Amino acid sequence: MPEGKRQIYLDHNATTPVLPEVCDVLLRYYREDFGNPSSVHHYGRRARVAVDEARDSVAALLDAPASSISFSSGGTEANNTILKGLALAGQGHGRHLVTSQIEHPAVLDTCAALEQLGYRVTYVPVDTQGVVSPEAVQAALTDETIGVSIMYANNETGVLQPIADIARVVRARGIAMHTDAVQAFGKMPLRVEALGVDFLSFSGHKLYAPKGVGGWYARPGMSLPPLLHGGHQERGMRSGTENVAGIAALGKACEIASRDMAQEWARQQQLQQRLEHGIQERIADVCIQGCEAPRLPNTSNIAFAGAEGEALMMRLDLQGVAISTGSACSSGSLEPSHVLHAMGVPEAYMHGALRLSLGRSTTLDDIEYVLSILPGLVENTRALSIL
Amino acid sequence: MDYTDIIADHFANPRNVGVIAPADAEAVVSNPACGDTMHLYLRIENQCITEAKFKTMGCPAAIAAGSVTTELLIGRGVTEALALTRAEVNTALGGLSPQKVHTSVLAEDAVRAALRKYLQQSSR
Repeated sequence: MPEGKRQIYLDHNATTPVLPEVCDVLLRYYREDFGNPSSVHHYGRRARVAVDEARDSVAALLDAPASSISFSSGGTEANNTILKGLALAGQGHGRHLVTSQIEHPAVLDTCAALEQLGYRVTYVPVDTQGVVSPEAVQAALTDETIGVSIMYANNETGVLQPIADIARVVRARGIAMHTDAVQAFGKMPLRVEALGVDFLSFSGHKLYAPKGVGGWYARPGMSLPPLLHGGHQERGMRSGTENVAGIAALGKACEIASRDMAQEWARQQQLQQRLEHGIQERIADVCIQGCEAPRLPNTSNIAFAGAEGEALMMRLDLQGVAISTGSACSSGSLEPSHVLHAMGVPEAYMHGALRLSLGRSTTLDDIEYVLSILPGLVENTRALSIL
Repeated sequence: MDYTDIIADHFANPRNVGVIAPADAEAVVSNPACGDTMHLYLRIENQCITEAKFKTMGCPAAIAAGSVTTELLIGRGVTEALALTRAEVNTALGGLSPQKVHTSVLAEDAVRAALRKYLQQSSR
């Protein structure tokens, strides 16, 4: 990147920067209050207080009792713990799980691993807006079903799933309901009681806390066998010395998210509208994924017919704008996005999708800059490819 | 994605983009798995490639592979050009990552398809 060139980060669904106040907390628990929470001396006690306070902050954000929150290394570990735990705990009752076709790989690949172990998994489809219907979930339930896992907000499109309605039909059958809320956590109110979920996964680095910390909510009384055994940390649910600094930082990030949530939602929604309308006005043959469904206000998945996504992403990168392809030919599989595929996005758009995800630092000026350069970049890419 | 400086340069400033109409040889090849499509056009005089142009719908590596392939082709005899391999394209780009090696295969396929058609037509 040449010196002094404009740099704009529009990939907040991949990860977010650690906020300065959050970083102060991190440093404090790395440098000064570095004790092991299991130690009885005052160093340990200070670390224990930090973990307990962070648990309170996370619980407050979810409107849940503190004892229902466990910390982990992140969303992937939370999803693995819950899905594998449900499978193990439920194997005497049944060996069937239900999830959707648009889940994050942390859920899909865990389900695939369980299939290898003899479990059966139903992958419920979505409609063209990327929404899982409660009826489709209900239809997938059997007497053998031991758990349902549907994400709260899709990472590629931002589309929100009707989790409360899905949880109602699932729990009416006495089946455990999990939601991977990694992308929604900290962006919108998630009250576990109102949602009616039994388990909910979250991650720190999507809400301005560091990478390597996250956790899950488990409804009181719903116990699972742990994934990690050892020193009985997290009430035996997740052994291993606590990532005290990361956990304390996550607690701080939750406080900030709680304080600024409504304001940031409204602000980012305005920016999203400006971005999407601006692109539709300036560029022909554009398709915005899930635009008729309820969506996170920070996520825009926009496909350009006849322009390959990775080429567009690289051209934007050369202009200082960091975004993701919404349809990667990068994972080595060469397959376009499983999410767009499940939504039935037309072939012409399938390879030309970009994901722009806004965040706290995104300004109207950033959006205007993107709108000023994107039409030319799309035109160049299309000129190269029109056959 | 690991891209060499050569790939980045060919992507940002692709050489010989365009169409030759009518071309002495041309081919369209696709990789249905990833959606990449390359269209190659050649002008051939006295069994020698004097001009090569391309268009590619594809990722940066696919665009760079198309660009460098036209450079490798210009000035070659038809037989010599038929011997162009994916390895040669890969080397000319400074090395593609394993996930992107398929873009050099697409370029090799385009060259062979165009030249085989040309040889069939000219032998008639």
